[in-house]
Amino acid sequence: MIKKDLLGIKELTVEEINLILDTAAGFKDVLGRDIKKVPALRGRTAVNLFFEPSTRTRTSFELAAKRLSTDVINFSVPTSSVVKGESLIDTALTIQALGADFVIIRHSSSGVPHLLAKSLRASVINAGDGMNEHPTQALLDSFTIREKKGRIEGLTVAIVGDVCHSRVAKSNIYALTKLGARARLIGPPTLIPEEIVSLGVEVFHNIDEGLKAVDVIMVLRIQMERQGKGFFPSTEEYFKNWGLTSDRLSLAKDDAIVMHPGPMNRGVEIASDVADGPKSVILKQVTNGLAVRMAVLYLLAGVHE
Amino acid sequence: MPKELLNKQDIDRILARIAHEILERNKGVGNLCLVGIQRGGVHIAKRLAKKIKEIEGKDVPVGSLDIALYRDDLSIRKEQPVVRRTRVLCEVTDIIIILVDDVFFTGRSIRAAMDALMDLGRPAAIQLAVLIDRGHRELPIKADYVGKNIPTALNENVEVQLEEEGLEDKVVLNLVTGDSSTSSE
Repeated sequence: MIKKDLLGIKELTVEEINLILDTAAGFKDVLGRDIKKVPALRGRTAVNLFFEPSTRTRTSFELAAKRLSTDVINFSVPTSSVVKGESLIDTALTIQALGADFVIIRHSSSGVPHLLAKSLRASVINAGDGMNEHPTQALLDSFTIREKKGRIEGLTVAIVGDVCHSRVAKSNIYALTKLGARARLIGPPTLIPEEIVSLGVEVFHNIDEGLKAVDVIMVLRIQMERQGKGFFPSTEEYFKNWGLTSDRLSLAKDDAIVMHPGPMNRGVEIASDVADGPKSVILKQVTNGLAVRMAVLYLLAGVHE
Repeated sequence: MPKELLNKQDIDRILARIAHEILERNKGVGNLCLVGIQRGGVHIAKRLAKKIKEIEGKDVPVGSLDIALYRDDLSIRKEQPVVRRTRVLCEVTDIIIILVDDVFFTGRSIRAAMDALMDLGRPAAIQLAVLIDRGHRELPIKADYVGKNIPTALNENVEVQLEEEGLEDKVVLNLVTGDSSTSSE
């Protein structure tokens, strides 16, 4: 991989996406061994710079780095100088001066990773920026689909829920369309922006129609903080209209798989029996996330001019 | 002007001889597992297993080992090497591992392969089988089974072409221009 940073799927070529997925397959082998650690990135340092709460993604990156023999620092924002008013770039430059090779950043504002990438020599990895992108989530989703279905091209993938506020949805739309899948967005008009059709997706405001004969269903998390803002009446009503139940799941292909980026709201966007059912690959996604993040760190670690 | 060093028959005879040597030294296939280094070594390992089966009538497990994550030049390369699958299906602990590679050169690949193997378990022993030994060792490592010793200059490249890669079986010597940074290992 030639680029220094992983900022979004939008910025990646099809070849780069496939290289990451192929490399992740090799790392999945490593994760299946007794000794789950390789010396590939010995002596490097990664910094988790999370301005938004996250347990899963941060832990996944931390473990991925450790499996590659890279040291990890978790820069926790509430106790840092950020609360003393230090600017974002100053914080990042300070981290770089400590010798960080990777800065893994999550921020509530879109574009922050792109801004940092310009000022830092270290590789910047976007772990979620505002409503823009969450590239490693889309990569691990594509990896999981490829692993389960043997391919991505030609598949029909339904993305159900709050597309409007979802960086996971956006990254997945870029990834799926680049890799030749058909993406369907399903949800109420309040949660699916009209302009999104320009990305080459189909929009369904009726879940039963949208789920017909799909190969993959990606359920998005309903962010509880959106409740009471007029996007949907109540979580109960959301579940009634848009929740993935086993009845609705039966509309998809017989061999369809169900995905969720986590953490799940059971009984809101997904029924418990579906989440734990035989078609669910939700926990596989978590394991694959490690392999994919190892691949990203490994590939970005080439020497940059 | 590549110079042909070995043809199809030569390679076949060499592998038959190495298969015999492996069986002689280890008194049969009892405790053996062949592990090829990705990618050329994997093909050679499979061929050796076939030869051993022809001679002894018994199957020897064959695995593939990717050494990309154990290389010693990861911090100085511009492009990261491709990570391929590692599939060592046999138990490693207490087994005699025959490590197989196509070209034996600086010995750095073999060092990496030994480290990778050790992370999979504790073999009873590791033996090394190579099709070509082209010299220029940079580490104190030697092979147990050598197909052919070919003295080379550093600006030459030994290329093992195999049917498994869609080519005609042969080994050729090429002259490489520029520095010797593109080793065949």
